[in-house]
Amino acid sequence: MTPRIVLLALLLLGSHGAALAQGGLSGDEPRLEIRNGVAAAIPIAVVPFALESAGLPPDTDVAAVIAADLNRVGQFRTLARQDVVEYPGREAEVKFPTWRVLKQDFLVVGRVQDAEGGAYRIEFELFDVAKQQRILGMALTARAGDLRGAAHQIADLVYEKIIGIRGAFWTRIAYITSIGKLKDRQYALMVADSDGYNPQTVVRTREPLLSPAWSPDGRRIAYVSFERGNSSIYVQEVSTGQRQVLASYKGINGAPAFSPDGSKLALTLSMSGNPEIYVMDIESRRVTQVTRHFSIDTEANWTPDGRSLVFTSDRAGKPQLYQIPVTGGDATRLTFAGEYNAGGVISWDGKQFAMVQGNGNMYRIAVLDRSLGSPGETRVLSPGNLDEAPSYAPNGSMLIYAASEGSRGVLNVVSADARVRQRLVLADGDVREPAWSPFRQR
Amino acid sequence: MNTPMRFILAAALCVGVAACAKKATVVESQPDARPVAPDTTSAVDDGMYGPEDLETVACLRQRVVYFDFDRADIRSEAQDILACHGKYLRDRPSAQVSLEGHADERGTREYNLGLGERRGNAVSSALQANGGSGGQLNTVSYGEERPVAEGNEESAWSQNRRVEIVYTAK
Repeated sequence: MTPRIVLLALLLLGSHGAALAQGGLSGDEPRLEIRNGVAAAIPIAVVPFALESAGLPPDTDVAAVIAADLNRVGQFRTLARQDVVEYPGREAEVKFPTWRVLKQDFLVVGRVQDAEGGAYRIEFELFDVAKQQRILGMALTARAGDLRGAAHQIADLVYEKIIGIRGAFWTRIAYITSIGKLKDRQYALMVADSDGYNPQTVVRTREPLLSPAWSPDGRRIAYVSFERGNSSIYVQEVSTGQRQVLASYKGINGAPAFSPDGSKLALTLSMSGNPEIYVMDIESRRVTQVTRHFSIDTEANWTPDGRSLVFTSDRAGKPQLYQIPVTGGDATRLTFAGEYNAGGVISWDGKQFAMVQGNGNMYRIAVLDRSLGSPGETRVLSPGNLDEAPSYAPNGSMLIYAASEGSRGVLNVVSADARVRQRLVLADGDVREPAWSPFRQR
Repeated sequence: MNTPMRFILAAALCVGVAACAKKATVVESQPDARPVAPDTTSAVDDGMYGPEDLETVACLRQRVVYFDFDRADIRSEAQDILACHGKYLRDRPSAQVSLEGHADERGTREYNLGLGERRGNAVSSALQANGGSGGQLNTVSYGEERPVAEGNEESAWSQNRRVEIVYTAK
């Protein structure tokens, strides 16, 4: 039976010094209210979409998927379903005073209609309540089985129109599951929608799997597997299942990371005697050594310009994050807060670094914000105490990470402003090592 | 040449589980004297280990070396295990050992792969100092991926921070 991920309770946390994603990729001005230095969540109503198709009602509540997405990212608060008192399906049916009284800034309405071949046509409209104006109206076609995908795409379009940055709801996550105890464990690399629905198995083994990494085109995943007895790096096409071994040298083969242009892989090899960072040209398989130090150097990730690597090193005694040019040379230390910093990942704009920060027995996700220059400010995003493996959504608005609940591993999604945290739980077993996919290509 | 039989520690932190509870059966040797294992049942009593000793000699049956949190240095209670296995390797040139290094679950998995390997390498060095040769030893790290004990507390963690001595050829 395919394990299902079931979305559990939405936890609303007090907001704390928001560092919301900046920048207008779409050219519109970001619409945020800043009060006392803290941005308030934008109230938005997503009305259940009118069902105008002839056949059986679809099994997906498109408006509920859109609302769940907008709530997860922390920047919005959607009107509770029970407070929706009118059900306009199109502009002509909208009475703006109703929504002003309900204190909503924005309104989303829509309708689901039949299209050719059993598909659906979904039309939606976004309104600015104060201005009483429609600001977006579009139609999408969705296959019968993929209404959730269409809903995520609508959430992305609404997000981008209001916030000014591309939405990251129509994305996927990869993660590892482990079922069974100790020596009888079975492992699987899974891919699901980024809200946890539609999990699919990519590969299943009896030996440990770790460190999944997406290629920038979202078509391949590199990962570490112990099926050969020692750690080896595989790369696998997600859609076909075809895979090949990229690295199986003596010693550790670990921590694969694709370069932004997809042509290279940063990886950790210890064949020289201790773990070092290398860069592999994927087509030729040629590897070039980047770090040269007797410490453990591992967990390399690329800066968005493809010119540097941020990695973990214990050259100062305990693990900290460092940055080094891809061509090699001097490593610059980045982290000075916390006694242990490892597993660093970088936001799309290269200004935020999320990592595992440890103090004593407390391991939490922390973010180093260098948007105002170095050395930057660090803030803690998660409660611990065994949190690890942070991964950014491609627009930096959310992070997924692995946490421990008793003896079971779970995945949490936290908004970048730390306002909202949601748990994804697997029905059986233990979930770990999440990796958020790049933006999907339409 | 005097080969010291004691293994000199870089740092001595002795907490948690003692790796080698039974020390009494292997007689501590003097320099230049051949050690004798009293309960050996080798066919020829020449003081050299034979393959059956792996199952009958108490010290050789100890196959796990434990470590402190975030450390890869060998603790004093592991000295005897390393001495007898080192001697076994010297006595049996055909023997091959895989040293499987592990870490507890705290911290990131990839860094823990490095820590497990560092521990395996520390045991490898110690075995070579006790008579083994590098060609007989191979280190593999499983990081935190193969725990023997489950639980988010020190009683499990201390059992997982270990190197296992696995004979792939006797």
